[in-house]
Amino acid sequence: MNLQLLWTLFIEFFKTGLFALGGGLATIPFLYEMMEKYHWFNADDLMNMIAVSESTPGPMGINMATYVGFHTTGNNILGGLITTFGLILPSVIVICIVAKFLQKFKTSHWVQDAFYGLRPAVTAMIATAGLGVFVSTIFPEGIISVGSISWIHLILFVILSGISFYFKKIHPIVMILSCALLGILFAL
Amino acid sequence: MNIYLDMFITFAKIGAFTFGGGYAMLPMLQSEIVEKKKWATDDELLDYFAVGQCTPGVIAVNTASFIGYYQKGILGTIVATSGVVFPSLVIIILIASLLSNFAELEIVQHALSGIRIAVCILIMQAVIKMIKSGIKDTYGWIIFAIALVFSYFQWLPTILIVILAAGTGILIQAIKTKRGLKS
Repeated sequence: MNLQLLWTLFIEFFKTGLFALGGGLATIPFLYEMMEKYHWFNADDLMNMIAVSESTPGPMGINMATYVGFHTTGNNILGGLITTFGLILPSVIVICIVAKFLQKFKTSHWVQDAFYGLRPAVTAMIATAGLGVFVSTIFPEGIISVGSISWIHLILFVILSGISFYFKKIHPIVMILSCALLGILFAL
Repeated sequence: MNIYLDMFITFAKIGAFTFGGGYAMLPMLQSEIVEKKKWATDDELLDYFAVGQCTPGVIAVNTASFIGYYQKGILGTIVATSGVVFPSLVIIILIASLLSNFAELEIVQHALSGIRIAVCILIMQAVIKMIKSGIKDTYGWIIFAIALVFSYFQWLPTILIVILAAGTGILIQAIKTKRGLKS
């Protein structure tokens, strides 16, 4: 096993984990940089890795790290482990420090007042993410107009929302699996 | 059950049903972590998300680290994050070795197109819950509306919205205290 390669992979993904703010999509520019610097994979490989990471379960950033590490080391599991470890290590360290700090200052009115303002804003950001998924689901061609509405998606969305509000406690896993099945049945 | 094993399995379950970005895991977190295991409240979950926005790394890992840390310290963090990444490792390694054209398969594309509908509904439900727990008064609604417009049109980077919202929260509470409105 090439230890030098493993070490370089670890360092590169550690850097990505440290500087990529805001989730999986933020790691993509770092992957392009790696491609240009080390030629571990070509642009076609990268496109496929992104597509697979988006379409498989699991956080996208983690999927991509695993895939790149596995691919670059010639399908070695250790490669996938080392890149994933590198990617999550910075955030684990930072969160441990922040969590300790928060625990200490949780009762401070400054922290509580900050969170009083933060909670509505974060809710809005999550709503934005949901809205983004909704728009790309209802307008699969990317054009927002009445003519390009995917009616089957919209109708399924309305019916399933109705069902989920009526029955209240539908587990997310059940919802995801039944929608996957509906997607296959209706060839969406 | 052993708490560490319980945490590993719970977070592996969450990892296995997260699609795309980290937000899609929120409904899973609400149902598994808040309702079933009671390891955090809805408000705490929002706080972890807020912090996760301004700290480096994948949001799913950040949230798992937080919950792991408050349950069982550093070892808890390690167990929770290992759990959340475990399904990715297994699934990606399997697909990369057996089915590298996975994303192009027709059946996969149909299933994903269906899953997107589920993700919309799940996020919508999560948002309704967060509004109920996180927005306490008119000021909260105003912050929500402004943040929604700014983040939807990407007028400001996420981290700036977070910092400004925190500042606004402190400011509003300070004004309320001054006017003697705060109980």
